[in-house]
Amino acid sequence: MTILNRPQLWSFAGKSAVIGLGVMFLFVVFFPGCATTDAIIGIGVSSDLITEAQGESISKSTKAVARSFADFTPEQEYYVGRSVGAVILNKYRPYNSAKANDYINILGQILSKASDMPETFGGYHFLIQDSDEVNALAAPGGLIFITRGMLRCCQHEDAVAAVLAHEIGHVQAKHGLQAIKKSRITFALTTIGIEAAKTFGGEELAELTETFESSISDITATLVNNGYSRNFERDADKAAVTILKRVGYDPKGLVDMLRVMRKKLKPEGLDFAKTHPSPASRIADIQKIIGETTSVIRPKTRQARFIAALGNI
Amino acid sequence: MNKLTMSLFTFLLICLTGLAALAAGRQMMSVQVKKGVVRLAPSFLSRIVTELAYGDRVYVREEKGSWTGVGVSGSAVEGWMHSSALTPKKIVLKAGSENVEVAASGEELALAGKGFNQQVESEFRAKNSNLDFTWIDKMEKFVVSQKQMKQFLKEGDLSPEGGS
Repeated sequence: MTILNRPQLWSFAGKSAVIGLGVMFLFVVFFPGCATTDAIIGIGVSSDLITEAQGESISKSTKAVARSFADFTPEQEYYVGRSVGAVILNKYRPYNSAKANDYINILGQILSKASDMPETFGGYHFLIQDSDEVNALAAPGGLIFITRGMLRCCQHEDAVAAVLAHEIGHVQAKHGLQAIKKSRITFALTTIGIEAAKTFGGEELAELTETFESSISDITATLVNNGYSRNFERDADKAAVTILKRVGYDPKGLVDMLRVMRKKLKPEGLDFAKTHPSPASRIADIQKIIGETTSVIRPKTRQARFIAALGNI
Repeated sequence: MNKLTMSLFTFLLICLTGLAALAAGRQMMSVQVKKGVVRLAPSFLSRIVTELAYGDRVYVREEKGSWTGVGVSGSAVEGWMHSSALTPKKIVLKAGSENVEVAASGEELALAGKGFNQQVESEFRAKNSNLDFTWIDKMEKFVVSQKQMKQFLKEGDLSPEGGS
């Protein structure tokens, strides 16, 4: 403490004007990056309640900063993900097999640790869904769902790993959050600025809930109906290849899975057939990264545990 | 001391804590996930030294790839955290009005539990009673231990780069 020692500091107690100046001084010295005029002036006069004028000034300074999906904190992303997950579970019910789900979770957890975003607010968790449709979906923050139909496209562990790694790729790139309309993001993040000092009142809560609800449906409509852009899918496949290599899996597992999927997908299907580029075009893109492929070699114990966990899926 | 003085005084103390860290040439970071795991070495397979809570502050000792060597302020605890668990922002768990002013610029402070939060989720659930969160809560309780991961890697003949 080079500027003030403790007794000096205590002698200031009670002299709010002086402290106010001190705070302003320290603020300018130590938080130069964010020392907007609004904020500095605001601190000198702040009280426990925010006046309307202050609210406006906060609102302005909040809007002045460009807002995007990247400004959501991991905590907010977590709450978005939970509700997106609940909507996904409304489409397909869980497949209640502890053995199969344990296997998927250990495998998925290892893969997530090899991603570029291994730590999320609530962590990565995986669940099999009881449907013949070929689908896998990821909610923001790391809740990942995979149908029995999709698992049946996997003939070995490297292929299951590829599907999970592709979904982890969507999570790490925050593709889900990017489906939220920009106006909603701005509203949500501006409301944080204005309302942070107190628990939301009725009106703000209602408005924020409405924005939340619309954001959830932006994401689920993209996941379930429209699909991501081809670029996002290509990014997720690319991320999957990287993650698989980092863990020691053969990235050809992804190609093997897509070859089976190509045979199983029905063109009119409401699953991957609707939301993803064709397996053939994905294979072509992946081969640009990893080269021509032969089938994956299946180490004995790895194949045995895959059969034990998912053989009857 | 009136409320105004009290809140300003608290803020001053926060600034001085930051000052102490700066005086020691240490960059401070906050844990931005629910459970911040500190490990002995920069690897997910390394022994866990301690677990920190959301918003806890650590100082940066060194950086190595995507890992940050950290020390826990006010204790002798040191270890490694993956950088995706940390943010340079200070996370305010319970906001006072003075923090709001600073947080509004969005650069230095993040306010916990605001915006899309537990309260908003509860409202959303009340409006959408057809949605069942039982399995979402169950999923979050799926925990994979380090031991399970190590065994799975070994049995599967897998050798992750840099020990995963």
